[in-house]
Amino acid sequence: MSPNQTALLYLAASVLFILSLKGLSHPLSARRGNLFGMIGMAIAIITTLAMTSRVDIVLATMAIGALIGVVAARRVQMTNMPELVAAMHSLVGIAAVLIAAAVLDNPSAFGVGIPVPAGNKVELFIGAFVGAITFSGSVIAFGKLAGLGKYGRVFSSAPVTFTGQHVVNLALALAMFGFGFAFVTASPEAHWTPFLTMVAIAFLLGVLIIIPIGGADMPVVISMLNSYSGWAAAGIGFSLNHPMLIIAGSLVGSSGAILSYIMCRAMNRSFFSVILGGFGAEEGAAAGSTAQKAVRSGSADDVAFLLGNAEGVIIVPGYGLAVGRAQHAVKEMAEKLRAKGVTVRYAIHPVAGRMPGHMNVLLAEADVPYDQVVEMEDINSDFSSTDVAFVLGANDVVNPLASQPGSPIYGMPILDAYKARTVVVNKRSMASGYAGIDNPLFYMDRTMMVFGDAKKVVEDIVKALE
Amino acid sequence: MTGTIDPIVINITIFVLAIFVGYHVVWNVTPALHTPLMSVTNAISSVVMVGAILAAGSETSGYGSILGGIAVALVATNTFGGFMVTQRMLEMFKKKDRSVGRAPRSGPAE
Repeated sequence: MSPNQTALLYLAASVLFILSLKGLSHPLSARRGNLFGMIGMAIAIITTLAMTSRVDIVLATMAIGALIGVVAARRVQMTNMPELVAAMHSLVGIAAVLIAAAVLDNPSAFGVGIPVPAGNKVELFIGAFVGAITFSGSVIAFGKLAGLGKYGRVFSSAPVTFTGQHVVNLALALAMFGFGFAFVTASPEAHWTPFLTMVAIAFLLGVLIIIPIGGADMPVVISMLNSYSGWAAAGIGFSLNHPMLIIAGSLVGSSGAILSYIMCRAMNRSFFSVILGGFGAEEGAAAGSTAQKAVRSGSADDVAFLLGNAEGVIIVPGYGLAVGRAQHAVKEMAEKLRAKGVTVRYAIHPVAGRMPGHMNVLLAEADVPYDQVVEMEDINSDFSSTDVAFVLGANDVVNPLASQPGSPIYGMPILDAYKARTVVVNKRSMASGYAGIDNPLFYMDRTMMVFGDAKKVVEDIVKALE
Repeated sequence: MTGTIDPIVINITIFVLAIFVGYHVVWNVTPALHTPLMSVTNAISSVVMVGAILAAGSETSGYGSILGGIAVALVATNTFGGFMVTQRMLEMFKKKDRSVGRAPRSGPAE
């Protein structure tokens, strides 16, 4: 193939990637979008394979990854999607680092000049450090999501903070750029030491950036790492003078950035304050003092009675639903209620769960009809005319304190569950939410608390409804 | 003005335009599709495999081709897994779309 033909095929792949993202933004075209993405990827890979001299080895190594990917994609539970996505981000990150190193080792294989020109080295530096941060940051995010806290404090879902954290991060970032500069200006014989040092610092920085961010900020972290993985790919594209890599990388980068923005807006927090982390660490003490207040607690039978006699019920799912894997039980409960003539809908907060869209995917897995699942701004006005709001494992997203100036979550848009005639809240215990602040919703006269694992409680309600 | 344009300038042009395209294409994404969007972008970013293939398949073998080979294996997980898991999720959404005919801003159900 001539270079022109190759370039045109890469252009076709780039256009297909754009169409893929376009398709994914709307439910009706989403599956077609995914197909476009696959075709684009196939064109990109086959075109590249045609340029290499050892297709057999490449295909063999590719098969290993493909096998793992296919098994993971088929086996993964929807409750574990955030972990899978985090793991995948880490792979793109480490691949970018490996490719940057491979370019340094053998520039001629990539058509990069020998010795590697300073301009390409700057781009390699950017691709490698963004990739390294994406990798180690995603590994930490994975650990936090998978609940690996018992294996090391860095994986704790609670924010890990220490004094001087920001100063340390800043110093490391400056050191990283210093070694990056040394790498760019070094001769080919001497550039490995600064390169590897720079990558090592970037790995450390990735860990330090993510550890102070707590569990409920994970939707922002995941979208941010999604964005980083795109920028890393674009950086590699720059250093290889590869337009398709630049286009695909920037598409992913801007998509992840938009998701981060949407998530931050849903928490009324600036991107910066999420990244700087440590949210809620200082509020922890205040939560303990109010835990003595009286709550009205009820049994699954009481809830079944309330729900069975309601006209309209809105279910507010949160992370507790995912942890308890209760989505199928909830769907069964909703069916039972609908059979009794109760209107059941689900209210989704944009940051409910641990990744953007987490609740929607869980409910889709349980076959909950699409028209019963309603986004926050479309359902909030309906709570006041609803008999029962059933909060399942959600906390901060229904906390009325968000409307009180001075509260740590002041200004965060919430689901107005407190306006419902009766509020039923399922929680495992009275522990405060991620934000570390108490939730007045639990102490209202109209609120009934049902303690226990979400799945167990809902299954008991289903039994009681029969 | 004489001389040729530096490739970096062409690359920056492509980069900036692609960011704009990405912004306009993704801006209005339905919240329900946030997770599938993320998994598909995940799969698309695995296009860095192109670089890994060039390293792994080069005639001169050395550390570079070994690193490339490792990168191919790692990132192929994303390529195949990413699109497949997106497909799986979208199948779950599809069942309902067909039965109810989509109403993005549905009022009270029933």
